Amino acid sequence: MSKQEQHWEKTRNLLFITLAIWFVFSIGIFLFGAEMQESSIRPFGYPLTYWFTCQGSLAIFVILIFWFAGRQEKIDDEFGFSEREGDK
Amino acid sequence: MIKGKFIDNLPKVYGIYTGGFLVFIILMAIAEQAGMSAKLIGIFFVAFTVLIYALIGWLSRTLQVDAYYVAGRQVPTVFNGMATAADWMSGASFVAMAGGIYFKGYGYMALLVGWTGGYVLVASLLAPYLRKFGCYTVPDFIGTRYGGNLARFSAVIVLTVASFTYVTAQINATGTIASVALDIPFGIAVYVGLASILMCSMLGGMRAVTWTQVAQYIVLIIAYLLPVFWISSKLGAGFFPHFMLADEVARIAELEGQFGFVKNSAADLATVPKGLAGITKAHSSVNATPWAFISLAVCMMAGTASLPHVMMRYFTTPSVRTARRSVGWSLFFIFLLYSSAPMLATLSKLSLIDPTLPTGIIGKTIAEVQAIDWYQNWNQANLMFISDFNGNGTLELNEFFMGGKAVVLATPEIAGLPYVISGLVAAGGMAAAMSTADGLVLAISNALSHDIYYKIINPKAETAKRLIVARVLLVLIGFAGATIAALEIQGILGSVIWAFDFAMSGLFFPLVLGVWWKRANAPGAVAGMLLGLISGTAYLIWVRSGGSGFLGITQLTFGIVGAAVSLVSMIVVSLITAAPDAATQKMVDDVRVPSGKTVLAQK
Repeated sequence: MSKQEQHWEKTRNLLFITLAIWFVFSIGIFLFGAEMQESSIRPFGYPLTYWFTCQGSLAIFVILIFWFAGRQEKIDDEFGFSEREGDK
Repeated sequence: MIKGKFIDNLPKVYGIYTGGFLVFIILMAIAEQAGMSAKLIGIFFVAFTVLIYALIGWLSRTLQVDAYYVAGRQVPTVFNGMATAADWMSGASFVAMAGGIYFKGYGYMALLVGWTGGYVLVASLLAPYLRKFGCYTVPDFIGTRYGGNLARFSAVIVLTVASFTYVTAQINATGTIASVALDIPFGIAVYVGLASILMCSMLGGMRAVTWTQVAQYIVLIIAYLLPVFWISSKLGAGFFPHFMLADEVARIAELEGQFGFVKNSAADLATVPKGLAGITKAHSSVNATPWAFISLAVCMMAGTASLPHVMMRYFTTPSVRTARRSVGWSLFFIFLLYSSAPMLATLSKLSLIDPTLPTGIIGKTIAEVQAIDWYQNWNQANLMFISDFNGNGTLELNEFFMGGKAVVLATPEIAGLPYVISGLVAAGGMAAAMSTADGLVLAISNALSHDIYYKIINPKAETAKRLIVARVLLVLIGFAGATIAALEIQGILGSVIWAFDFAMSGLFFPLVLGVWWKRANAPGAVAGMLLGLISGTAYLIWVRSGGSGFLGITQLTFGIVGAAVSLVSMIVVSLITAAPDAATQKMVDDVRVPSGKTVLAQK
């Protein structure tokens, strides 16, 4: 496998992990909205589903993007594909 | 003044700007105490901020193609994040969202999840790769990746349909705010709004839009957060509402149980002015089926990743790495406002319906409520209405009606905040609507000038001519948008949601597969774009004209139909036609690697 193919395979795996987490917090948990609402877990005292729709999922997306960017930068560095000065 | 050095001094420049704006707010507060009229304060707020944006637009004027189309590709990560947030958060986010949550609760909050979750798709599937591509517009990517004028042309069609639907809503919003704040008729206010929008974008294109959008973000976020924190403290709900409103949410549920949701008869409802609604759904309970919630969220997410005015913001960063991080910052800045909207809805609702609070009106006599100053003001503005349906002389929950916009616009006044805050909110709404309209008008005119005029009609056109064409188109599109906005065909929020569905129907899969599936070819992409857009539109028309629809897909989620048709037709047509040539495959390989020159620079 060429260096580029290996790089792309790692990039793709990172994509799948990112999309899996994204799926859980944008779609997965809302399949169980009614059940979660009754849960005794109440972040800051809010009902659980209500909290996820107005803060939880949103905050997780912000963190997820920064985490993803960091991991992708590591992959690019590993294969020497990061941008250098003068690349334009 | 705005050259090289300006980029290095950004934190300082915008720091001074923010400080200056805060001083302006304080001066206005002092002027209010000294007896300046509410109307004059409103005029000052809107006129002052719009003049500042126009000044920035004029200072950023340019004669260079690179600066006009992609701001010279030197916008730093965090500032591009702010600009994208302003680009993204429209009049609908600012003025209508808290109102939607106030009336519809959980089912509506799918928009919060959808309008933020979409950025994960932007960051992971598209933005860094399109930045590496080095294109000026979204159709530029489609046209070069797939090859052929037909693919480029189809992309322009989808872009224009989606963005134009969106931009009429934004011009409508600027008109609404300008007409209230400056006290002029809506038909004229729309053109005042248009003039402000064009001043920001015409001379400097993307460069001017970038630096005005940063300025607009600062105004709109201050205008949104300040009242939320203030009202929360004033009600004694807590100084940091986001973490402290649990008791208030529980109290609303308790009151709702106590009052009950009485259904009004059709004859009674017919007397309520158009566009106003009563509280008919529980505030915090799960009131929508999983599918209704998820399908709306999915449409907004896929639409986010296909809307060209957002995507082109990531063409302006210096590198692929900064494009990726910039998406994170964009979402962070959006999060600040979106996580506050439900808090505002909660505070607004509680202060109106809790009889134990001095501001509560439910349970008071009809005559008492009619005597309140703010009720008279907003009733006159056609945003509030009460009626004693059951004739008992007391106001019940089902007898109180409000317009969606009133939650943001009127709550400061209801909670007894000084008028200076209402003026600030008007300036914020204006900033939100203007910044989005700017991005959209520019996206359309850039696509027409670069992709249709330069790439298809006249590839030999020299720089000066290209930029003149771009500006003429900008003005024409602005006027077309304003003319349609002045007709007031549909509400602001409905057309915004449609824009997402249109974009998703035609562009989502052709964009994503262009990067992630090497085998995708031009015939497949054209089929995907056109069949997707046509089937989505057909479904919309069918449902609008009384069709029953299927699978619970409504006129707000027709993008699901369009995108599904788009995906299937794109894969089938790609597979039965020839694979892309070696040069195209090499191009896709290059896009996937951040280092090296942009793909277009290599050609």
